[in-house]
Amino acid sequence: MARAAVLGRLTWRVGTLVSFRDETAVARTVVFQIPDWPGHLAGQHVDVRLTAADGYSTERSYSIASAVDGDLVELTVERLPDGEVSPYLSQVLRVGDQIELRGPIGGWFVWDPEVDSPALLVGGGSGVVPLMAMVRTRAQLGSATPFRLLYSVRDPASVLYGPELDRLRSDPMLEVQYAFTRQTPAGYSRPPGRIDAAYLDEFGYSAALRPAVFVCGPTGFVETIADLLVAAGHNPHRVKTERFGPSGGSS
Amino acid sequence: MPGIVSPGFFGRRREGGQALPPGQYLVRDFPVLSAGPTPRVNLDTWEFRIVAETGEQRTWDWKAFRALPAVDVTVDLHCVTKWSKLGTAWRGVSVDVLVEGIETNAEYALVLSYGGYTTNLPLRDLLDGKAWLAFAYDGSDLTPEHGGPVRLLVPHLYLWKSAKWVRGIDLRTTEQRGFWEQLGYHDYGDPWLEQRYSED
Repeated sequence: MARAAVLGRLTWRVGTLVSFRDETAVARTVVFQIPDWPGHLAGQHVDVRLTAADGYSTERSYSIASAVDGDLVELTVERLPDGEVSPYLSQVLRVGDQIELRGPIGGWFVWDPEVDSPALLVGGGSGVVPLMAMVRTRAQLGSATPFRLLYSVRDPASVLYGPELDRLRSDPMLEVQYAFTRQTPAGYSRPPGRIDAAYLDEFGYSAALRPAVFVCGPTGFVETIADLLVAAGHNPHRVKTERFGPSGGSS
Repeated sequence: MPGIVSPGFFGRRREGGQALPPGQYLVRDFPVLSAGPTPRVNLDTWEFRIVAETGEQRTWDWKAFRALPAVDVTVDLHCVTKWSKLGTAWRGVSVDVLVEGIETNAEYALVLSYGGYTTNLPLRDLLDGKAWLAFAYDGSDLTPEHGGPVRLLVPHLYLWKSAKWVRGIDLRTTEQRGFWEQLGYHDYGDPWLEQRYSED
């Protein structure tokens, strides 16, 4: 297994907000220009540090949503009601404002484009963010690696990157399947429900194909999906997980 | 000294003025972080093994392990993903009890887990009342997602050193990097020095 280590000292860099776009009522993608950004692998994250005028500072980690694009790095921040950092990043920060970031961080939960085994991506809620970096990187490279993205989301209004996923799935080797847990779009063929064993059996890759599997979401989601995949015969060493979202405390 | 001030950021001040390591924030719940599926470890086949660099070994099955003297410890946890949880209550066996009498010149330990996880740290950080093999949390058996049946607890280092589903410790004269350490995380991981990544 290729391991992409974090090499050398990870220094804090100053990133300037150059644009943003609202993805949903509570999620905003913020685009930072970070001089000398060394590039990143799909699935890695950055640490963000905010400092108040009196010197108080705090840090959080955010997955990178974008494929490599020069010195631009996109994060998608979901605003948490009690959050200390997410309301600032998603509501207060203005174009031209600066924050500190360092990264890229993490060499485990990354998609390696050199590996041609199919990739099964299973995301819950905002856990889709690092998986989107994988989907975007695959598209950017023109890779023919088969991808299946299973995206568990509360309702249509909560979907991140919907129009872009619709566009990208014109590639027959990229399949995108939603699991709406509370409310489906009008006329949708399946009733609301969570991803279960039957769903994975129908829409996932079988263990015999030895897919690389990436599961990201809240802890309960990740525990459930990973257990189901192992029970379905997937090698635990090929099931990579990342916990994401409010279960880590309000961010 | 942080470089820049974020305009309009005030932040949430510490409740009660409790000091946290730099860059950490307080949580009340107990987040779960691991790199893959949670291994399900059967107590009938569970064992814990210490192997010294001389080849000397000690092995405990579940019954023998639980017959060892256990202690209650209350400690603060600091995860490299930035959350800290204070005053967590555990019950476990001090690593001092397990290594007592083993002859070794080892300076390093490589901790091994069911599921394949590993982590490295200096042996001295496991000794003198600084580390335990914990089998209970908050008065109940340790659940699989928090590392049950037994996890290492080394609370003075970032929590990734406190390996879940622990199955053994190799005592080594040379340092061998573990899972996250090979991926660029710090060999030591002192939260008060904010040693998150390899060159911190």
